[in-house]
Amino acid sequence: MSTTTTASPTEAKSWGGGKSPFNAEYGKVMMWYFLMSDAFTFGAFLISYGTVRFSTNGWPDPNAVFKSFPFAPEGVNAPLVFVSVMTFILIVSSVTMVLAVQAGKNMDKQGVVRNMILTIIGGIAFLSCQAWEWNHLFHEGAWWGANPFLNADGTASSTNFTNFFFTITGFHGFHVFSGVVINIIMLIMTLMDKFEQRGHYLMIEKAGLYWHFVDLVWVFVFTIFYLL
Amino acid sequence: MSHEAVLHGHDDHSHEHHDTFLTKYVFSQDHKMIAKQFLITGMVWAVLGGLMSVLFRLQLGYPEASFPWLESLLGKWAKGGQITPEAYYALVTTHGTVLVFFVLTAGLSGTFANFLIPLQIGARDMASPFMNMLSYWFFFAASIVMLSSMFVETGPFSGGWTAYPPLSALGDASPGSKSGMDLWIIAMALFVVSSLLGGLNYIATILNMRTKGMSMTRLPLTIWALFFTAVLGVLSFPVLLSGLILLIFDRNFGTSFYLSDIFVNGVGALSNEGGSAILYQHLFWFLGHPEVYIILLPAMGMVSEIMSINSRKPIFGYMAMLGSLFSIAVLAFLVWAHHMFVTGLNPFLGSVFVLLTLLIAVPSAIKVFNWLTTLWRGNIRFTPAMLFAIGFVSLFISGGLTGIWLGNAALDIHLHDTYFVIAHFHIVMGVASMFGMFAGVYHWFPKMYGRHLNNSLGYIHFWITMAGAYLIFWPMHYEGLAGMPRRYFDFSIWESFKQFAELNRFISTVSMIVFATQLLFLMNFFYSIFKGRRVTTKNPWLANTLEWTTPINPGHGNWPGEIPEVHRWPYDYSKDGVDFIPQDVPVGADETSH
Repeated sequence: MSTTTTASPTEAKSWGGGKSPFNAEYGKVMMWYFLMSDAFTFGAFLISYGTVRFSTNGWPDPNAVFKSFPFAPEGVNAPLVFVSVMTFILIVSSVTMVLAVQAGKNMDKQGVVRNMILTIIGGIAFLSCQAWEWNHLFHEGAWWGANPFLNADGTASSTNFTNFFFTITGFHGFHVFSGVVINIIMLIMTLMDKFEQRGHYLMIEKAGLYWHFVDLVWVFVFTIFYLL
Repeated sequence: MSHEAVLHGHDDHSHEHHDTFLTKYVFSQDHKMIAKQFLITGMVWAVLGGLMSVLFRLQLGYPEASFPWLESLLGKWAKGGQITPEAYYALVTTHGTVLVFFVLTAGLSGTFANFLIPLQIGARDMASPFMNMLSYWFFFAASIVMLSSMFVETGPFSGGWTAYPPLSALGDASPGSKSGMDLWIIAMALFVVSSLLGGLNYIATILNMRTKGMSMTRLPLTIWALFFTAVLGVLSFPVLLSGLILLIFDRNFGTSFYLSDIFVNGVGALSNEGGSAILYQHLFWFLGHPEVYIILLPAMGMVSEIMSINSRKPIFGYMAMLGSLFSIAVLAFLVWAHHMFVTGLNPFLGSVFVLLTLLIAVPSAIKVFNWLTTLWRGNIRFTPAMLFAIGFVSLFISGGLTGIWLGNAALDIHLHDTYFVIAHFHIVMGVASMFGMFAGVYHWFPKMYGRHLNNSLGYIHFWITMAGAYLIFWPMHYEGLAGMPRRYFDFSIWESFKQFAELNRFISTVSMIVFATQLLFLMNFFYSIFKGRRVTTKNPWLANTLEWTTPINPGHGNWPGEIPEVHRWPYDYSKDGVDFIPQDVPVGADETSH
C-alpha cells in the first residue's frame, strides 16, 4: 500500500502506532506542549513590552534604578549586583535540578532527596530576593501606575516602565512559586517512596523540565529589564 | 529503567468500574461522556446565543415597533417593549462571544475531539482522563461566570466580542464596561485554561496512544484536523490570556498598557500616558485569527470523513488534504493583521498581510476541489449528515470567495465594519462550522446513544436551515456594499439606508424561522436519545474507521477485548469491487494497492 511504502522502515516502526513515537510517555509530551504554550504567554508579554518601550521617548537607565543591596548603607551604588546574585541563585538551582533528575535516572533516592531540597531552597531564596527587591522599589515610590524614576536623559519617565516591570517579573515570580510548590510535592512523593514503587522517577524529570523553562524565561526577563 | 511499562501503564482501563450516578454522569472520566457533556452544554449556549440574535434582529427588522412581551422578558432592558441601545449592544456582544467560544470552540472541538480521538485511533481513553474531566469543568465554570455576567445590574459587557479598549479598559466608558466586563474576563480566562487542558490531552493522545498499525498517514482526516486544531488552540489562546491580564491591570491597577492621553466621552481626558489600544488588537487577533481555524478545521475534518463514507469512494487526495490542513494551520498564525487594515497599519506591512491572507485561498481551494472530486461519480447516499456536509462545502465556497475581497486591504478599507463583513464571516465560519457540527451529530449520534435520529425531521431541518442561511446572509452583502455599518442600533434615521428597511424585516423574519427550525432539531435530538430507533448493527453506515468496531453501546474502555490492530488506511471504499474494507481487516495477498 502506498501509504506505508512512503515511510522508511525505521519511521514506520516508531510512528506506526502501538507505542510512543518519541519514546516519551504522554505526560512528558504534554509538558513539552505546555511549555510551548507558556512560551507564547511570556512571548506576548515581552513583545508587548518591547512595542510600548520603543514607541515611548526615553526610558530609565536600569543601572540607576537597580543599584541597592540588602543591608548595605543608604546610598550605596551597586548597579545590578543584587539581581546578578538572584540570577546566580536561580541558575544554580537549575544545576541541582539536573542532579536530581540524574539521581532519579540512577534510582538513587538519597540523591533525589538531597538535590530536590537544594532546588527548593534555591527557589525560595530567589523568591525572597524578589520580595526584597519589590519591597525596596515600593518604598522608593514605584508601583503599578507610579514611576518615581527619571529617564536616562533626566526627563520624566512613563509609568509603563514600572507597569511592565511589576507585571512581568510578578508573572515570572508566580511561575517560580508554582515551581517551588511542584518541587515540594515531588519531594514529598519521593520521601513516601511513590517513585520507588512505580519503578521510575519520571515525575521528577517533568518537574525538572518546568523548572528549567522558568529559569530560561528569567534569562530573557533579566536581559530585557536589567541589561537593555 | 522500565520504560516500556511506563509507556503502556495505561492499557489496563477495560476492567468494569462500579459507577455511581456522580462518577458516571457528572464527574465522569470517560471521554464519551465528557464529549456528551460538552455537546449538551454547547447546545444550551447555542440556544441562548441564537435567541439573542433573534432579539436583536427583531430590533433591526422592526425598529419602530413595540412588543410588550419583550418588557416582561427583559424588564428594564426593553422599556416600553423596545430593546434599549445598551441592551442591543450587550446582546450583540454576548451573541458573538458565546457563539465563537462557547459553541463553536468548546461545543464543537470539545465534543468531537473527545468523542472521536480515542475511538478512531484505537485507544481506551484520553492520555489523561482526569485532565480531560477538568477541561470540561473549567469550561462549565467559564459558562457559569459568563452566564452570571448577564444578570449584573449594569448588564453584561457590551463593547463587541473583540473587547477592544478603551471600552473594555475603562469601567466608566459604558454600562457594560463595569462588572459585566470583569466577569467576561474571568470567564474567558477560565475558558483558556479549559482549552489548554483539553488541547494538551488531544495532542498527547494522538501522538502516543495510537493502536498498533495506526501510523500517522493511516489516521482518518478527522483526527488530523482535530490535531491541528489542538495545536492552534494551545499556541494561540495563551496570547489572549496575556492580553487579558494586561487588560485587568489597566482596569483595576491604574496602568497604561492600552490607554494613552485620549478623551473619552463620559469619562473625560485620561491621565494615562504611553499605552496603545492597537497593542490589544494585535494580541487579540493573534488569537482571533487562529480561532477562526480552530472553529473551521474540525468541521473540515468531519466533512471529509462523512463525504467519503457516503460517496462510497476513497477521499480524493488524502495527502493533499493533509498538506492543506497543515498549511492552513501555519498560515493561521501569519495573517492576524488583516483584521486591522483600518487601524493605521503601515501600508507596506498591510501588503505583506494581504499576500499571506490570499495565500490561504490555495489550500482552501485544494480542499474544495478534493471534496468535489470525492463526490464525483460516487454512489452518493443522501443521509442528513451527508446533506449537511455538502451544505458545508457550499457555504465554504460562497463565504470563502468574499474572503478574497476582504483580504485585500484596498477593498477592506471600504468594506470594513459593514454588513459585508458580517455576511462573510457568518457564512464561511459561523454557519459553515455549524453545518459541520450538525453533520457530525447526525453521523455519530448512533455511536453516541445507540439510537438513530429521525431522518425526516433531519431533512426538514437541513433544507430550511440551508435555504435560511443563504436568505439571511446573502442580502447582507448588498447592504454592506452600500455602506451599511455593523453594530448600529437603528438605521431608520439615515435616508440612504431607508431602502433596506424592507430587506432587514425580511432577514429578521427568516432568522426567526431558522431559529424555530433549530428547536425542531433539539426536539429530534432529545427525543431520539430515549425513544429513537435502536441501532441494530455495529456499523450502521458501513464505514471503515475503528469506532464502528466497538459494541453498539461501548463501555468505559471502548473495546471489551483487545484493541483492534490496524492494517490499512480508512478510505478503502469500493476497492476491487468490495463496498468497504474496515481498517482492522488484514491486507489480502491479491489485493491491489490503492
